[in-house]
Amino acid sequence: MGNTKKNDRRDFLSKFGTAFIAGAALSPLISNASELLETENNVTEIKNFKGSFEDLLGGDYTNIKLRMQDDVRRALKKPMKDRKWAMAIDLRKCVGCNACTVACIAENALPPGVVYRPVIKEEIGTYPNVSKINLPKPCMQCDEPPCVDVCPVEATWKREDGIVVIDYEACIGCRYCMTACPYEHRMFDFGEKYSDGLPLVANYDKRPSFEYGKEWDREDRHSSPIGNVRKCTFCAHRLDEGLLPQCLTTCIGGANYFGDLNDEDSVIAKLVSRLNVFRLKEEMGTEPNVYYIR
Amino acid sequence: MKKIFYILWGIAFILGCIGVAQRFMYGHELANYGNRVVWGLWVAMYIYFIGLSAGAFLLSSLVYVFKIKMFEKVGKLALITALVTLLCALLSIWFDLGHMWRAYEVITRPNLPHSMMAWMIWLYSAYFLLLVLETLYAFRIESGKYDGDKLKSYQKKLGILATIGIPLAIAFHGGVGALFGVVAANPMWHSALTPIFFLVGAIASGSALFTLIFAFFWDNKKGEYYQNMLKTLAKIVLVAVLFDVLLEWAELSIALWMGSPEHTAGFRAMLFGQYWYVFWIFHLLFGVVIPVWILATKKNGIAIGWASLLVAFTFIGVRLNIVVPGLIGEKIPGEASAYIQPRLTYNYFPSMMEWLVGIFIVAFGIGLFYLGNKYFKLTKENNSVKS
Repeated sequence: MGNTKKNDRRDFLSKFGTAFIAGAALSPLISNASELLETENNVTEIKNFKGSFEDLLGGDYTNIKLRMQDDVRRALKKPMKDRKWAMAIDLRKCVGCNACTVACIAENALPPGVVYRPVIKEEIGTYPNVSKINLPKPCMQCDEPPCVDVCPVEATWKREDGIVVIDYEACIGCRYCMTACPYEHRMFDFGEKYSDGLPLVANYDKRPSFEYGKEWDREDRHSSPIGNVRKCTFCAHRLDEGLLPQCLTTCIGGANYFGDLNDEDSVIAKLVSRLNVFRLKEEMGTEPNVYYIR
Repeated sequence: MKKIFYILWGIAFILGCIGVAQRFMYGHELANYGNRVVWGLWVAMYIYFIGLSAGAFLLSSLVYVFKIKMFEKVGKLALITALVTLLCALLSIWFDLGHMWRAYEVITRPNLPHSMMAWMIWLYSAYFLLLVLETLYAFRIESGKYDGDKLKSYQKKLGILATIGIPLAIAFHGGVGALFGVVAANPMWHSALTPIFFLVGAIASGSALFTLIFAFFWDNKKGEYYQNMLKTLAKIVLVAVLFDVLLEWAELSIALWMGSPEHTAGFRAMLFGQYWYVFWIFHLLFGVVIPVWILATKKNGIAIGWASLLVAFTFIGVRLNIVVPGLIGEKIPGEASAYIQPRLTYNYFPSMMEWLVGIFIVAFGIGLFYLGNKYFKLTKENNSVKS
């Protein structure tokens, strides 16, 4: 971060990031997360934000994540068809730490070679005029998902709230949906283990996944989700219980936003109506529900 | 000669069984396709065999629909070839499934009318039934047990089935091509030419397979019939191969002329990538140049047989060059280095287990055909009683 000082915005980001890292380091010491962000330092940083962060935060909130969690809980009170989950990722704030990637792997008990949220890191320009972009890539939960139509057995569909899900007990593992996804998001579970080649199977390799609110054991190499295509569901199993997707909770840069687009008061609805928002591969007509801010 | 064949077949079958055992024991763990190149050798083998089947079937229609007298003696041979290669195709794709025992779902819960794969499955299931029925009637008619009204009714039924068979074979193999063609996310596959290319490829490879079987295994190689038939078959193969190359040129030249990166990445990988020789040497030299030269200049059975063998065998290269290069490009720049893991690389070369299972499928097909031929005497000139 040291050599980005020339730029005001980067300077700010650097301080902002440091504050967050400091906050994260303190977290074990303080039981209530909202108290943490009420420390003088953090509040000052948020207030100095040049966008309208205060508008986003609104009311008495000092922690954007708690605000978004309440957005989610408010949305859950509506019938499912009235919700439209969406995610926004602020590329200016993403530090490329892969905390989201790892949290997702832990949350969904993903085996080696399966990753729902890789972070694409791209360098733009040549030295000394160079910048770097970190682009986390979850499932776009498209409004027009090409992966759904191609499935030969209707094992994947779009939930009423917009999340594209897979029926692990129906998927035949033909992998046609993987070829149809313009974002190369979907992943096949080959049944591999992190401890392959070691004399013992490590306990972390036996951990079940709780996707779709069920317990999916990995004891037997021929039963689901092994042999299935898998994908990010915005942590539907957490969302349905009123919790934010796991990738949001671990983001140290605060680069992630989530909520119900149909709720005009939600953080996400305010964010995606701005000019500096784009979506990946708009030309494909897939109408993704993941927005990028730059 | 026969002994060598038996020994080679035995070795291939045993090796194949090892591969199949590995596939059943370890699932997909030993396969080299991954989460980027998601389809590999088995999918290529699937479209290869299904093309052979459609091609052989369309040849059989020359007898049962167009009543071309010359082909009467080989009608059954063409039908059995189509049936055996279809079984090989189904076996290939079955091994490729993540959950093999859920394969029945494609019939019980098809995603119609949306999924092109579901369409293809239903069309080839119908084709499979039709093929079995047609073979049954063809054998009944030629068995000599029936005469009068019964024979006429069988002939009529066979005629109707075979007529339905033509659009069905075109639709189902065009459907296999469309399965690739509709994938808008893959610019190399996403072309209106793809289904047509599949069909023409089917006729080229299927007729080549049939010609090689006829050239090498027909019992009466001295007869006039053998010579005449070979000349005709050689012409069919020659025209089909040349037309296939024309389509290939159309696709390649249009894509490469403008050179938009997304559209050409797959073709560039195919022509100049790591496995360039599959296109230039395996396909173009051994699958087109040499056989075309032989078919255009030589008239003897063995030469035509070898040329057809080259076309039929090297066509797997064409099929591999559809599946693999289409998948080895990043769809989003930077993807390759976003998460480093063997399953997330854009390189693909089939693993030992994949090859062994491939060998099993080929050995299975050859064995089945051999048994069929032995039992039904398909390649005996005098046994193929005229209807």
